Amino acid sequence: MLEFAGMMDVLALSRLQFAVTAMFHFLFVPLTLGLCLLVAWMETVYVRTGDADHLRMARFWGKLFLINFALGVVTGLTLEFQFGTNWARYAAYVGDVFGAPLAIEALAAFFLESTFLAVWIFGWNRISPRAHAAAMWLVSLGVNMSALWIILANGWMQHPVGHIISGGRAEMTDFAALAFNYHAWLQFFHTIFAGYVVAGFFVMGISAWHLLKKNETVFFKKSFRAAAVFSFASSLALFGAGDFSGVSVAELQPAKFAAMESVWETRSSAPYILLTVPDPANEKNSVEALKIPYLLSLMAFHRPDSEVKGLKDFPAADRPPVLPVFLSFRTMIALGMLFIFLSGLAVWFSKKDLLEARPRFLKIMLYAIPLPYIAIQLGWLVTEVGRQPWLVYGLMRTSEGVSASLSAGQVRVSLAGLVALYTALGALDVYLLAGTARKGPEA
Amino acid sequence: MDYAKLWFALWGILWAVYFALDGFDLGVGMVWRAVARTEEEKSGAAASIFPFWDGNEVWLVAAGGITFAAFPGAYAAMFSWFYSAMFLALFGLILRGVSLEFMRKAPGTRLKALLEAGFTAGSFLPALVFGIAFGNIFRGLPSGPSGYEGNLPGLINSYSLLFAALFASLFAFHGSLWLSFKTSGPPSARASALAKKLWNAAAVLVAAVFIYSAFDTALYNNYFNRKHLFVIPLLCVISLAAARFLAARRPAAAFACSMAAIASLLVSGFIGIYPELLPSRLDPVYSVTIFNSASGPYTLKIMARAAALFLPLIMAYQFWVYRLFHSPLNPEELKKSGIY
Repeated sequence: MLEFAGMMDVLALSRLQFAVTAMFHFLFVPLTLGLCLLVAWMETVYVRTGDADHLRMARFWGKLFLINFALGVVTGLTLEFQFGTNWARYAAYVGDVFGAPLAIEALAAFFLESTFLAVWIFGWNRISPRAHAAAMWLVSLGVNMSALWIILANGWMQHPVGHIISGGRAEMTDFAALAFNYHAWLQFFHTIFAGYVVAGFFVMGISAWHLLKKNETVFFKKSFRAAAVFSFASSLALFGAGDFSGVSVAELQPAKFAAMESVWETRSSAPYILLTVPDPANEKNSVEALKIPYLLSLMAFHRPDSEVKGLKDFPAADRPPVLPVFLSFRTMIALGMLFIFLSGLAVWFSKKDLLEARPRFLKIMLYAIPLPYIAIQLGWLVTEVGRQPWLVYGLMRTSEGVSASLSAGQVRVSLAGLVALYTALGALDVYLLAGTARKGPEA
Repeated sequence: MDYAKLWFALWGILWAVYFALDGFDLGVGMVWRAVARTEEEKSGAAASIFPFWDGNEVWLVAAGGITFAAFPGAYAAMFSWFYSAMFLALFGLILRGVSLEFMRKAPGTRLKALLEAGFTAGSFLPALVFGIAFGNIFRGLPSGPSGYEGNLPGLINSYSLLFAALFASLFAFHGSLWLSFKTSGPPSARASALAKKLWNAAAVLVAAVFIYSAFDTALYNNYFNRKHLFVIPLLCVISLAAARFLAARRPAAAFACSMAAIASLLVSGFIGIYPELLPSRLDPVYSVTIFNSASGPYTLKIMARAAALFLPLIMAYQFWVYRLFHSPLNPEELKKSGIY
């Protein structure tokens, strides 16, 4: 990779750096999104019923939440910095519109989550149990609001609304259009539900490990059940949000949609081709087999006869790279289906109290922990790589956004530093999470 | 109302608040090894900033976000011109946060020692780098028609070094004061003694910066046009002096004074560069100003409303949290936190 990086220019290096840092940051955020809700719910059950197990659950899962949260915070800074350091021309061109949701994110969400998380960590003896549970609900509110504002910013890059181009830059004319950007809200729901699935599978997987070891079985059965219900509901909601997002992409970013399914020729009443092998060099698919009639048209516009645009309708310079987008999308969909199936089974087994009688299922759930992480990374890959060659869809190309004042050497050094630092952080995180998870709850 | 001017004021205040608040966290990180020796003392020193540091660091995110939203041109220029410096500060902040959160948890002694060193280094680094960055901003950058294309070594000059030393000594003083009343026993005594020494350094450096600014910068021009503005640098000097006299008997009041000293030092500089955000030393034509880098009036108005809505709320709940954790965390609370 180093040799590869040695040949890259400022643009390619900056893209690589942003991809590495955003994907690394997004290892922590999704778990945070869902786990705070689960912890808040557990503590609320304790406050309402006095069930000591639920207090221990909130404390144990809360500990894992904290480890994860700390890394989410520090790696988030890198992204904010990079808009200025590496994407200065982008920042100057769109800052009038794009800067606002970022600043509001800090004001409305970051302060809330950081401040009340401290109250939750250290306030056990200083505030009432009810107020203590409320602190975690406020953290959850902050965390999810933070996702909303950052996705409104990203949603504007996908579907720029509420602005005019004036004096060589984008200027906001309608804040409400940006804040109620339909496409962005779909992205938001898609993202948070995916985060909830990550958290649910995380809790189920760790609980499964302990159940296999017969540790604290009552505690972990309760944890597993809560997480199973949460995951099942979230994975169904995720399916719905994803479906509507797909329609929105087909409407607003037809080239991305065509790449997601590797569709080359425009046609109506398009079938879904289960087995597709893209051949981008020759602008066709080398294998197309197992067709489900009308399904692609249904997915694209919720109408069986609708017309789906093919990649050949777009100049080659305006097409995203097909292979990574296509493969990521297919894998994500398959994983999404698997999550519904697995979490459905999980709900069933825990309801019937069959978990301990199904060790193979528990083992599968343990090894399933990474799968939602993979799916969510692939989903963002589809969103961001699929947006190419645009930085802001239809408005600014990625190549036009990179800082003018940088040398490749500077970016190479920062990238190498980040990769080294992040590797150490990742190792530390896995080490601490695994250690804490293995230890189990306190007596 | 001229929103660009309002936002210049808010921009300056946000950066000043960030340094006044995170200044003591960074200061604690710089001096804690000198103040705390046993394991128990070390954990007490680190615990003194635990409930606050993350909430304080958000002021940096907010200051950055506000710079982006209100003055995108300045944001783009500042972060890309200071590329390497910004990444150094970033590495420091990451190291500081991670080390502080995890060092008490690290099971192996070697990893623990590494994280403890990371906490110290990660506290020095942002203080020094931000000192160099703001020193250069106040001094003016050699930026021409195509901006500033210098590199990290280009940012090193006697003025910015002096400014970085001032930042470091002020923060270390600020942090020592904090430790002097947030810890007890020997660490508290050591922190008081250290604070006195650091005050001497900070006082000399403040004087040096105020004098040197007259020769190496254009900061005083605005002051000679509006002489009543001298109140702000005067406030800096007075509050720094007051911090020294109050340190022994009323350390908390002294701490409030050192907070005021840091904030007014920054504000003094911002007044000096107004209406420029990144002044050019070569020719004012090349300066990044509030006029050529601001967002449009519509965005500034929306953002002013957002700030008016959220800032009072944030200050209220952060103030409440400082009150809630006014008394130091006891060992039982530390244990219960799960961080220990």
